[in-house]
Amino acid sequence: MKILLMGNPNVGKSVVFNRLTGVDVISSNYPGTTIGFTKGCINIEGNRHEVVDVPGTYTLEPTCKAEEIAVQMINEGDVIINVIDSTNLERNLNLTLQLIKQKKPLIVCLNLWDETKHTGIVIDREKLEKILDLPCVPCCAVTGQGIKELVDKIAEARLSRFNFNPSDRWNVIGGITDKVQRITHKHHTFMEKISDISIRPLTGIPIAIGVLFLTFSLIRFIGESLIGYVFEPLFENIWSPLILKLSALLGGGGFFHDLLVGKLIEGQIDYGQSFGLLTTGLFVPLGAVLPYVLGFYIVLSILEDSGYLPRVAVMVDVIMHKLGLHGLSIIPMLLAFGCNVPGALATRILETRKERFISATLMSIAVPCMALQAMIIGLIGKHGFIGLGIVFGTLFVVWLVLGIILKYTVKGTAPEIFIEIPHYRLPYFPGLLKKLWMRMKWFLKEALPFVFLGVVLVNLMYSLGIIQLIGKGAAPVVSTLLGLPKEAAGALFIGFLRKDLAVGMLAPMHLSLKQLIVASVVLSMYFPCVATFTTLIKELGFRDMMKSAAIMVLSSIIVGSLLNLILFAL
Amino acid sequence: MQVNIYEGIKMDNVMTLTQLPQGTKALIVSIQGGHGLIRKLNALGIREGVEIQKISTGIARGPVVIRCGNTEAAIGHGMAQKVFVKKK
Repeated sequence: MKILLMGNPNVGKSVVFNRLTGVDVISSNYPGTTIGFTKGCINIEGNRHEVVDVPGTYTLEPTCKAEEIAVQMINEGDVIINVIDSTNLERNLNLTLQLIKQKKPLIVCLNLWDETKHTGIVIDREKLEKILDLPCVPCCAVTGQGIKELVDKIAEARLSRFNFNPSDRWNVIGGITDKVQRITHKHHTFMEKISDISIRPLTGIPIAIGVLFLTFSLIRFIGESLIGYVFEPLFENIWSPLILKLSALLGGGGFFHDLLVGKLIEGQIDYGQSFGLLTTGLFVPLGAVLPYVLGFYIVLSILEDSGYLPRVAVMVDVIMHKLGLHGLSIIPMLLAFGCNVPGALATRILETRKERFISATLMSIAVPCMALQAMIIGLIGKHGFIGLGIVFGTLFVVWLVLGIILKYTVKGTAPEIFIEIPHYRLPYFPGLLKKLWMRMKWFLKEALPFVFLGVVLVNLMYSLGIIQLIGKGAAPVVSTLLGLPKEAAGALFIGFLRKDLAVGMLAPMHLSLKQLIVASVVLSMYFPCVATFTTLIKELGFRDMMKSAAIMVLSSIIVGSLLNLILFAL
Repeated sequence: MQVNIYEGIKMDNVMTLTQLPQGTKALIVSIQGGHGLIRKLNALGIREGVEIQKISTGIARGPVVIRCGNTEAAIGHGMAQKVFVKKK
């Protein structure tokens, strides 16, 4: 049996799905977190059933692609669980009535039931059941309340005999809500007031700037504290002595020694320069990058679950339209700051090819992932704040200028923004932790293999002389135009695997601050890492990805050369 | 519900959603857009005859934010110009 979870966007279908199947999917407090669809399984009395988390839809008369997918999927389902936001019964029933006409066994899940109590809404569930002629189960999916009852009642899902005139739907709904819903106090709630001031430009923009500043400070604070108090002591005091013993055991040299431990610098391990699997290979992803990634995802998850991000989307809409995008494309951009892969996947929330192409291209070029940022901060931050300012400032200008150029050169349209703004919600702590855990697990699974592969490649390439060969071939661009030493070409090569590792390769080259700046900007821009690249091919298609890649290479050479000229002149 | 929504409306009281002052409540009297726009708005319950409250207007032709029942929505400036409302 195939069970479909259907409902309006942002009513918590994914949370219900997690609860039913134990399969973890990311959920947030904004519409459209589920873009494709996710499948899982559930056991009911010993029988396995498939559960599908269908993208949210307001209506079965599709108004966008995600809704089209949802409508097509109805035919495949045997039972539909209609997840409803109980605090917004009227609007949600619009879909329920349309689902009733689909002639599929149906059951209604009244999610966010607990929230009706705070908002002064009283729903007569039994009366609703009687009118709709369907089982209605109240539940609170984030805490898991009511999920068991929902599972028990799936077998009772049935075809409703409720008869009404479909063209008169809103009046029918009005009649239902009049009968089953009582609103005890309807005054401006505290949350509504906060909602209003955080979206009105006059108050909202200063708030947004404050939030942005707080976000960066928090990420830095978490990252730096973890590195200073946890990871560096761990590596220096516990791991280093062990590795030194291993080094002695392996005879202090030779191919295997260099592969595992790397080069000892003055008899000591230098996690930035040794370049062995167990030294730099472990330190880059765990010691240097992971603390910042963790900090980023803590802050992002709170922002996501609170419901603040769609408000930012509304406020930046005007700017984003100048780049051929619309407000909602701030979400893939923000996600890309963590890792470009989820950013690339999130471009799906955009409707047109033009928007997806522009946001994917801009993101790959001008939005460095947290891993890359952490390494850049580590490398350039030592020289003071100005260097970092130039790197990130340049990327921001590139983002703006390239966006404006793409707006006028890429064919197609960017539709106007039209989104529902979710109510603010206090993030549910266990849910937050779970999401954080999923994301960290995913980060390690993605990062570690590529970093290890990269370290092996670097060692092989140095010992076989391939790096020098690449350096010679790329010299006209790398040395003449960008003003970098030939060996930096090797870093650009490895950057295709992992950009954090590539920045790590720059460390032993003794570059000047100007060279570090140029190298960091070029590394951010020139090409996506392999994980992002393959994701983008899937999202954009091969031809568009090739176009996008050409823009990346070209713009990185132009910007890198210009930057080199300007910095040289200073 | 609302059937004769045009009855007794003085035209000088009718304006577009973009012209409606921030914070004011109004009734939607007509949506002068194509089928697609009407359907899109209708999916969120924004339709002729319902009461809405304007929450904010973005600067430089930014989106208009309205509250309609328990739903809040941001509507692009161009779309909002096609929604005619009568101030309450």
